[in-house]
Amino acid sequence: MSSLLNSIDFQYVIGALVKIVVFWLLIMMIVAYTVYAERRVLAVIQNRLGPNRVGWQGLLQPFADLIKFIFKEDIIPLSVNKWLYLIAPVVVLVPAMMVLIVYPFGPENVPMPFGAEISSAINWLGSAIGFDWNIKIDTIDLHVTNFNIGLLYVFALTSLGVYGIVIAGWSSNSKYSLLGGLRSSAQMISYELALSLSVIAVVIQAGTLDLVKIVDQQSGAWFGFIPKWNILGLFPAGLIAFIVYLVSAIAETNRVPFDLPEAETELVAGFHTEYSALKFALFFMAEYVNMMTVSVLATSLFLGGWNGPFVSDFKWLGPVYFLLKVFFFLFLYIWIRGTLPRFRYDQLMNFGWKILLPTAIFNIVLASIIGIIFL
Amino acid sequence: MEFTHVLFLAFAALAVVAAFNIILQRNPIYCAIGLIVVLCALAGLFLTLHAQFIAAIQIIVYAGAIMVLFVFVIMLLNVREEESKTDRQKILKVIAVPLFLALLAEVFVVIRLVNNSPPAIASAADNTNPAASLGSVESIATAMFTTYVLPFEATSVLILMAIVGAMLLARKNSKDDFERIEQALTLENDETEQAMQADAEKSKEEVAA
Repeated sequence: MSSLLNSIDFQYVIGALVKIVVFWLLIMMIVAYTVYAERRVLAVIQNRLGPNRVGWQGLLQPFADLIKFIFKEDIIPLSVNKWLYLIAPVVVLVPAMMVLIVYPFGPENVPMPFGAEISSAINWLGSAIGFDWNIKIDTIDLHVTNFNIGLLYVFALTSLGVYGIVIAGWSSNSKYSLLGGLRSSAQMISYELALSLSVIAVVIQAGTLDLVKIVDQQSGAWFGFIPKWNILGLFPAGLIAFIVYLVSAIAETNRVPFDLPEAETELVAGFHTEYSALKFALFFMAEYVNMMTVSVLATSLFLGGWNGPFVSDFKWLGPVYFLLKVFFFLFLYIWIRGTLPRFRYDQLMNFGWKILLPTAIFNIVLASIIGIIFL
Repeated sequence: MEFTHVLFLAFAALAVVAAFNIILQRNPIYCAIGLIVVLCALAGLFLTLHAQFIAAIQIIVYAGAIMVLFVFVIMLLNVREEESKTDRQKILKVIAVPLFLALLAEVFVVIRLVNNSPPAIASAADNTNPAASLGSVESIATAMFTTYVLPFEATSVLILMAIVGAMLLARKNSKDDFERIEQALTLENDETEQAMQADAEKSKEEVAA
């Protein structure tokens, strides 16, 4: 057993776990304040005030909401399939959160503040309980891990998220939930195709599926002033890919104007009609984590991730640029929600299969041709 | 004991438990979920064998696409719990147990006879291992589009034929259907147009009055 605890793998796993916890807390805070921002921004768009009572300008509202969700009565309707009803929110949330291990928050080998002190403290702790650790954290990589199927991993997990929604819709034993679940799964399957095909224009430019490497090779500039982002590469294939990605990402996360699965005017609340208290909060959280994921992907695939001016001199600017770009996409989501009405269901399907998917396929051909000529 | 052994045991146990779940459950939806868990556990096993691409494709294609259709159909048709047709299936149960034991024995015999200790599972942090790059997207893509391009293309043509065949079977009476639908639509349109014209005239009259 001690050989297991002393092995490189074990130390690697512990380090990864610490990073996961830190990044997870960061993501949770962003999710909480995205909800708050959404309510405030929508209020501004609709000429209201929005939540501004709890704390300064309502900044403590997310915590108040969380406490409310925890203390509300947890109602399980009588006729539900209890086991499936209980696991559905978890099945939605867990794959959504598992994606965060490939988020490229920032560059590699970032100088760690107090790195020497922290590593010596850990080594001292190890020797105190009888292990011979030799850990050095002078520099850290601002991502949990990278592997050469990073992009496929993200798509695999987002495709698993649909089960939670289907199971929630079916196990609730209510017609609104079932309709919402069916709509949602049909929509997600349809738009997933366009989503994954649009990304190929980026993969052609990068030559890898590793998110960290994709971001790495977007550093620098063309002619000294145009940033070398994939959105501008293989022009116009990169731009078309970005537009297709953005539209299908909104549909994939079931947001306005593609929010048919939870269309409140026709389906009450769609697949989570019968859910209350913390289980509803889990669905809610999963939706925002998914928004975060597609924003992170859009940022790192098309907008250069953490790249920006002066990152090579001062590496901690990387995560700042990264988060600013992600916040831009989150804001875009809210903006679109405040602006556009909902699609009709047949319009949604026609748009997905007859416009978006052919565009994505055509774009692959275009990107390949331009890539062969210029790369 | 390496860390990858712990992972292997965990995924293997999960796969076996879920596989038994598929067989023993009566409710088809639980069986489908069991199958999804098996597929995900197998993907985990592929990962410990450095077959990253196959692991990802396993989840994307089988768990993410095919099983969604299974679950979709089961839920849409609202398949009830399988009724116990015990009389006919009792003999199957009797046969199943010795068959299962024979299969298990066969596996053990093969392991004993071959007696090759399995190659050491490479460490996850070890990048120098040549096996680590073998299952990557790049090496599989290179093999698929150069050495094995003919079988690959032949397979895709086969799949295309299967899709076209399925479409043909599903749209057997499509011509009649289309005619009927078109008729209904034109009828409806005419009626609504007439109704709208009538409304418009009415409102005109009201305005005039």
